[in-house]
Amino acid sequence: MIEANTPLMRFVREVWPLVLNGLILVAITAVLAGGNMKVPLTEGLIRVSIVVALYIFIGNSGILSFGHIAFMMIGAYATAWQTCCDYTRDLFFPGLPTYLLETTHPFIPAIILGGILAAFAALVSGFALMRLSGIAASIGTFALLMILYTVYLRWQTWTAGNSTVTGIPFDTTAWNALAFALITMLAAFLYSRSKFGLALRASREDEVAAKAAGVNVFRQRLIAFVISGFFAGVAGGFYGSFLGTITVPSFHLPLTFITLAMLVVGGMQSLSGAVIGTIAVTAFLQVLRIFETNGWIPSSSADMGLGVVLLLILIFRGSGITNNTEIFFPFKGNASGAGSIKRQS
Amino acid sequence: MRDLLNNKNFRWALAAVIVVVGIIVAVTDPVRFQILITSLSEGSFYALAALGIGLLFGVLRLVNFAYGDWVMLGGYALIVPSAAVTSTLLIGSFFPALVVICIVGFTIIIALLSEATVFRPLRNTTPPTMMIASFALGYVLQNLIIMIYGGRPKSAGIFPELLQSIDLAEGVSVPLLKIVTIGVTAILLILLTLFLHRTSVGVQMRAAAEDFRMARMLGVRANLVIAMAFVISGSLASFVSLLYVSQLGIMTFRMGTPIIVFAFIATVIGGMGSLVGSVVGGMVVGVSSVVLKNILPDSIRGFSDAFVFAIVIAILLARPQGLVPAKSASERV
Repeated sequence: MIEANTPLMRFVREVWPLVLNGLILVAITAVLAGGNMKVPLTEGLIRVSIVVALYIFIGNSGILSFGHIAFMMIGAYATAWQTCCDYTRDLFFPGLPTYLLETTHPFIPAIILGGILAAFAALVSGFALMRLSGIAASIGTFALLMILYTVYLRWQTWTAGNSTVTGIPFDTTAWNALAFALITMLAAFLYSRSKFGLALRASREDEVAAKAAGVNVFRQRLIAFVISGFFAGVAGGFYGSFLGTITVPSFHLPLTFITLAMLVVGGMQSLSGAVIGTIAVTAFLQVLRIFETNGWIPSSSADMGLGVVLLLILIFRGSGITNNTEIFFPFKGNASGAGSIKRQS
Repeated sequence: MRDLLNNKNFRWALAAVIVVVGIIVAVTDPVRFQILITSLSEGSFYALAALGIGLLFGVLRLVNFAYGDWVMLGGYALIVPSAAVTSTLLIGSFFPALVVICIVGFTIIIALLSEATVFRPLRNTTPPTMMIASFALGYVLQNLIIMIYGGRPKSAGIFPELLQSIDLAEGVSVPLLKIVTIGVTAILLILLTLFLHRTSVGVQMRAAAEDFRMARMLGVRANLVIAMAFVISGSLASFVSLLYVSQLGIMTFRMGTPIIVFAFIATVIGGMGSLVGSVVGGMVVGVSSVVLKNILPDSIRGFSDAFVFAIVIAILLARPQGLVPAKSASERV
């Protein structure tokens, strides 16, 4: 029955990567949510969302983006402007417009608005950046990270600059972080199965041939950039509501490196890679940090260890743990059904 | 109009006219003359850094994010490895010429080690993979320095005599270091040009930058050319490091980041893979950075970096391939 070619089984085979990864995350959350691992668990689930958002752009377009942490920062601060500290908001953000200073939005609308602001920033910056060739575009996103970092750092009246913003309500729980991770994964899955994802992947494989086939490479890249910017922004809102405090320097190169490492270790070009890479790297870092606190390895070597592991993966298994493919339904079906799915990545 | 702008001779003539007019405007007024010297100095500094990155990109298609961390290592080599609050100069206390030689040698060794351990195994993979690998290498180097030296900033005062101001003309006094920067960059550029055009290895490197596979078929030894590229890039990094530490006197493990941000931007707007483009891009970035800092009103002077970036984005919108694109940059179908 499992190997039949019925519409139901075809549907199961089609959505299996999404379902399997979702079930893995639900299982991990169910096991760990009650115990004392709740904090690393929630942080890990938020990171899954960010890495999947990164996959939406990087995996499908083949262009490395170093700038998504800036969109996360935009989303986090936008959420803070709307939800933070009723009585001290004008101490932190004296320059905010009066509407924002006086109204407090509930959690869900606040983070969605944060995501929309981040998506808008992605749209504006994408207009300039997505015309560049692959490598130059990556450097452009690096410059974008620096620009937004500088702007947010200097614009003290809107962002409190170098100081820490405290008092954001703790609205993020393990379960709504899980829900958001699943939503992001669903969006990534739907996007990569859509004609937009297919066109973008065509430009990843051979840009000239894709252009000759009629793909508007600039437009497809921009669409992916905006979608991934939205999800990164909402993830930033979750992150701020998880920590309760945000500060501009925390959205800089170390976070960029960790999220990129999670994507590359898992396999840049697959959704399963994003999820599994995040789980693997989070577990690895947790273990190393426990070693560090016990004094078995010198301090700050957890991060160095992550860098070394990333280099080793790049040298010896460049396509990551999942080898750049999804995890497909393990039971072979009718030859026509299974074969056509395997060719998508 | 566009045809005229695409004409190479017209562009060179236009650039020369702009430069000459700019210099004439500048030297007539002491304040503007000072801005001229400062902006030339900044431009030279970024041109050096951009050249180190552009060279590796031209030969290997490698975007080297670890370049800033080579600069950082060159700086940290000056002091004794310890996590103490105050730092004691080790190499930094040698005779000045010996300091330069030691740091150049040290950075060259670091560059060659990076090549052997990280970049050689990845030589046949895609440019994005090499870029992430260089990013990871930079991260590893930064954390290595944190482990050895601690996370606090360290002070290192080398060549203090360079910080004194000298009077060039009436009312114009600039620190000697700025003039030294311009001079060092000019000398290094002349040496590099002579190397690339007059020596056998240099010609082989230019051939490899244009078409690596064809050059190998014609007898150019890949390992030699790549090793030379890393050696030159590393030595440029060491000069950047020495100039930077002389100017600031403080080192942190993050000191490489602002350097490579501007250096990358300079390379991109100058034209990736083109050496002249890297120098031009560095000059544009340096000059606009200094000029903006001087003409912006006080309230937004802190945003001068953001304005430089905005100018960069404007240039990229108008001309995505860079100001002086390399011949080999456009993909031939």
